[in-house]
Formats: sequence, C-alpha cells, structure tokens
Amino acid sequence: MNDLNPAGWTVMILSVGSVLTLVTYCLCRVLALPPVEVEEHLKAPLDIDTRDTEDAD
Amino acid sequence: MAREQWGSRIGVILAVAGSAVGLGNFLRFPGQAAQNGGGAFLLPYFISLLVLGVPLCWAEWTMGRFGGVRGFNSAPGIYSVIWRNPISKYFGSLAILIPLVIYMYYVVIEAWCLGYAYHYLTGSLMKGEGAEAYQSFFNNFVGTQADGHLLSAGGRQLLLFLAITFILNFVLIYRGVSKGIESFCKVAMPIMVVCALCVLVRVLTLGTPDADKPDQSVLGGLGFMWNPKLEKLKDPQTWLAASGQIFFSMSVGFGIIVNYSSYLRRNDDVVLSGLTSASMNEFFEVCLGGLITLPAAFIFLGLSAGGFGTFGLGFNALPNVFAAMPAGQLFGFLWFFMLFLAAITSSLSMLQPVIAFFEEAFDLKRHASATFLGLLSLFGVGFVIYFSKDMLALDTFDFWVGTTLIFMLAMIQAVLYGWIFGIKRGHVEAHYGAHIRIPWFVQLMLKYVAPIYLLVIFVMFCINNVPSYARTILANPVALGSILFILGIMAFLLILIYIAGKRWEAQGRYLNLNNDESAFPVLPQEDSR
Repeated sequence: MNDLNPAGWTVMILSVGSVLTLVTYCLCRVLALPPVEVEEHLKAPLDIDTRDTEDAD
Repeated sequence: MAREQWGSRIGVILAVAGSAVGLGNFLRFPGQAAQNGGGAFLLPYFISLLVLGVPLCWAEWTMGRFGGVRGFNSAPGIYSVIWRNPISKYFGSLAILIPLVIYMYYVVIEAWCLGYAYHYLTGSLMKGEGAEAYQSFFNNFVGTQADGHLLSAGGRQLLLFLAITFILNFVLIYRGVSKGIESFCKVAMPIMVVCALCVLVRVLTLGTPDADKPDQSVLGGLGFMWNPKLEKLKDPQTWLAASGQIFFSMSVGFGIIVNYSSYLRRNDDVVLSGLTSASMNEFFEVCLGGLITLPAAFIFLGLSAGGFGTFGLGFNALPNVFAAMPAGQLFGFLWFFMLFLAAITSSLSMLQPVIAFFEEAFDLKRHASATFLGLLSLFGVGFVIYFSKDMLALDTFDFWVGTTLIFMLAMIQAVLYGWIFGIKRGHVEAHYGAHIRIPWFVQLMLKYVAPIYLLVIFVMFCINNVPSYARTILANPVALGSILFILGIMAFLLILIYIAGKRWEAQGRYLNLNNDESAFPVLPQEDSR
C-alpha cells in the first residue's frame, strides 16, 4: 500500500480546504448579523409613541 | 397554545446541523469512500452535494417556513398548505413514519455509544490487542447471539444505557424546541467539535506505531482514504454510492428540516441558514470523519480496515485501534462520547416532527403528546431490543424505512416543491429575509434535475438491493414481522391524519388559507422570477 501520493494530497487539501472555507464563510456571515430581535426592529416601522390616542375614550 | 419558535439564528442552524450529523458522518462516509475509489469518490460526492444536497435542503427550509407561518408545524399540515388537495396530507404520513421508526432503532444505537463511552471511562473496554475480544463484547452487548438475549440474565446491561438515553431524549423534547432542542444543540455541537479535534490530533500524530510494519503509518492511512483510484469513476456504483451518501448524510427526505424550519418567523433567513447547516455537516463528514476513522483503523489494522461495515468499523475496528494507541482509553471515551452526542442531536430531531403532529392534530398538551409518543416509540424499541439476533429487526427497519422510504419522501418533496409549489413562487418565498441569494439555475435544477436524479438513484438502488431484502422477508419470520410492524404503524398514522384533517376542516384552518393572499408571495421590486 502506498503512502499519500501527490494526487491524494491534492484531493485531500482541496476537499478539506473547500469545506473549511465554506463553513468559515457561512459562520462569519451568520455571526456578523445582528440578533434577530434587533434585525426585526430595523425592518419594522418605527415604534414612536406620538401620544395621539391619550385622550381618546 | 402559543406558537413555538427558535430562540436564535445560530440555534436553529446548530439544531439542523445536529440533526444531520450522526454516525454516518464518522463511520459510513469513510467506508463508502474507501470502497469506491478513495479520493476519486469525492468528485461525484461534491457534485451530488451541489446538484442534490444543498438545493433540496433549501427547498425543505422554504416549504417548512411557508407552512409554519400559516400555522402548521407537521408535514401533513404543511403539505396541505402547499398543495390544496385533500390527498396531500396523506403524503405527510411518510414524514412522520420515517422519523418515528428510525427513532425506534436509532435510540438503541445511541445507547451502544453511551455504553461504549462508559466502558472506556471505567477502563473495562481496554481488553488488549486481539479482534476476538472486541467482537465478543459487541455481540454480547447488542445481543446478536439470540432473540431475547438482551432481556436474559447475562445480557441486560444495554437496557440501563437505553433507559438513560430514552429518558434524556424525552426530557429534552418535553422542554420544547427552544429550551430543549436548541439549548442542548448549542452545548453539544461545540463539545463534539472539541472531542473530534482531540481525537484527530491524536491520530495525525501517531507516526508509525509499529516499526515492523512501516506501511501502516499516518501517511499510509491517509493514502488509503484519499489516494484517488480514477478508474472507479467509470463505475456507476461509485456515483450511486456518492449520491446516496450525500442524501442520507444531510437528512434530506427525513421530514425533519420541514418541521424544524416551520418554527421560523416570516422574515427569518432560510438561505444562509440552510447553507450554513449543510456546510457544518460537511465539516464533520469530510474534515473530521475523513481524516480520523479510516486512517486510524488502517494504521493499526492495515488493509483489513477497508473491509468493515459501518457498525464493524465503529464498534469492532476502532476499539482495536484504541487498545493499541497511547492514551487509548481517554481517546476511546472522547470518541464514543462524541458519537453519543451526535446521535442524540439526531434522535431529538426524529421525535419533534411526530410530537408536533400529535399536538397540532389533536390539540394535545406537551405532557400528553410526549407520553403518547413515549409509549408508541417504546413499543418499537422493545421490538428491536427483543429481536436482536443478527440485528435483523434493526436492519429491516433501516433498509425499508431508513433507506427506501427516505428516497420516496425526497422524491415527493422534490416534486411538491418543483411542480406544485412552483419554482417561481419558491424562489420569491426563499428570499424573504434572506442574507444571500440563490442563483436562479438552482431552481431549475430543483424542478428538472433533482427529481430525475433521485429517480435514477432510487431505481438503481432498488435493482441492487431490494431482491435480497425481499427474499429475507419471505424466508425469515422476524423480517416479516418487522415489515408488518411498519405497515401497522403506517396504517395507524393514516387514520390519525384522516381524523386530523377532519378536525382542521371543522376548525376552519383551511378556510383561513383560502383567504391568504400571501400564499402567492411577490416581493416588492422583485423581478417576476
């Protein structure tokens, strides 16, 4: 049986490297996002209390 | 009842990844690669990942969130939302049957892992070198000698580990999606990475343990796993095996992703989350499973390492390896504890789709649904435990439900997404809240390539495997009994779905859907695709 040959090294480095790159990219993107609550607040209409309804009955 | 939701973005990603990462990543993948061309196997493997795995994951995430936002968390309900046809909910029976039946034997395998971890912790599995001792321990531990062995005086030790595992699963599932599954996965997944990295460093620093066998070195082990045999690419079996591995590894067609993603909110991302969970699964499979299991086995066992099946590699070959390895007891414990965690994150995901159906169909409270599911699954676990001879009941469940029905459900879901939900609608729906974009050609692949690809794999799989399993059913009463058991559960689920459908109609849940303008979503400033 042969040791790891150049073709084996190539396949291993390409496979492991591409998976590591993908998982690192994805995790960085996910972890860099604001928390869901903050994000929802950013997307939602501004929650400003105008006090318009204070005197309403 | 308040709608359950995930607590955080990373929580749902870890839960879905935890569902996908299991024994197959560490034991099945290396064995498949070694038998199908070593490094050459990775070419069809990655093609299948891009053509089949990731697109189908996105489709499931999208359909699950779509159904969840409209008030359904179980597959029968979600399918009813997607396809407004009275028969659609019955297709959902497969998405409940599959996780339920798989749980019935998977929890037993989970108990093996816990038992092995315990025996490494106490040192009782350090039996010195010699394959016989480990084979004998395994046979006695899992009861392969005779039916009923695990209930006899000398074979009951597995029952204790099974009880612990079973109770732990139900405690976590009882706590709910966020407090149970998500909290556990947030702790378990990092621990799994740490355990696996410890074992990886140990394996890669072994050098050449036996100077009399210079071929059996780390580089030899890596060569055994990764050196490409390009001629194998001409063999259709290699492509079939690679597609099958991607398919099973990513939990596509289990009915799990649809359920998990149904707990997302309307604007929660599914595209980046789906890709992240898929890439985490690949990390465990390629980077950890591919570098640890087979190289380690080869270093100590030589070429015979390639001849083990999934269970043989995990529970016979590796104990031999740990026996010969410096500090093998510690690394044996870390390895089997990691497998136990990997298994439990998967088994939790098998219970959730079923419990969601019971609660949604009959408005059951959590204690009632958990009790009912506990009794039902205990019935199946008892069947697997009693009929332990040659693991025939387990093997029959695994082949017909854990393999064949998964193919069928994946095809159903591919057609449901591509041809009924529609790729235009799916494309728009998937991009609500998305943080990355899906290229349009992926939708075309989902519509035209994935169903055909799945069908071809399925037909070839049936030609290769079904005749021998069919003969076993005819020849062996336990195999026949296992099939009848599965059919009985299936009939029971169909009756429950019928009743659930009537209840949903009476409650007007379908009427709400007919008035739902967002059923055909169009994003503002979005092109018609």
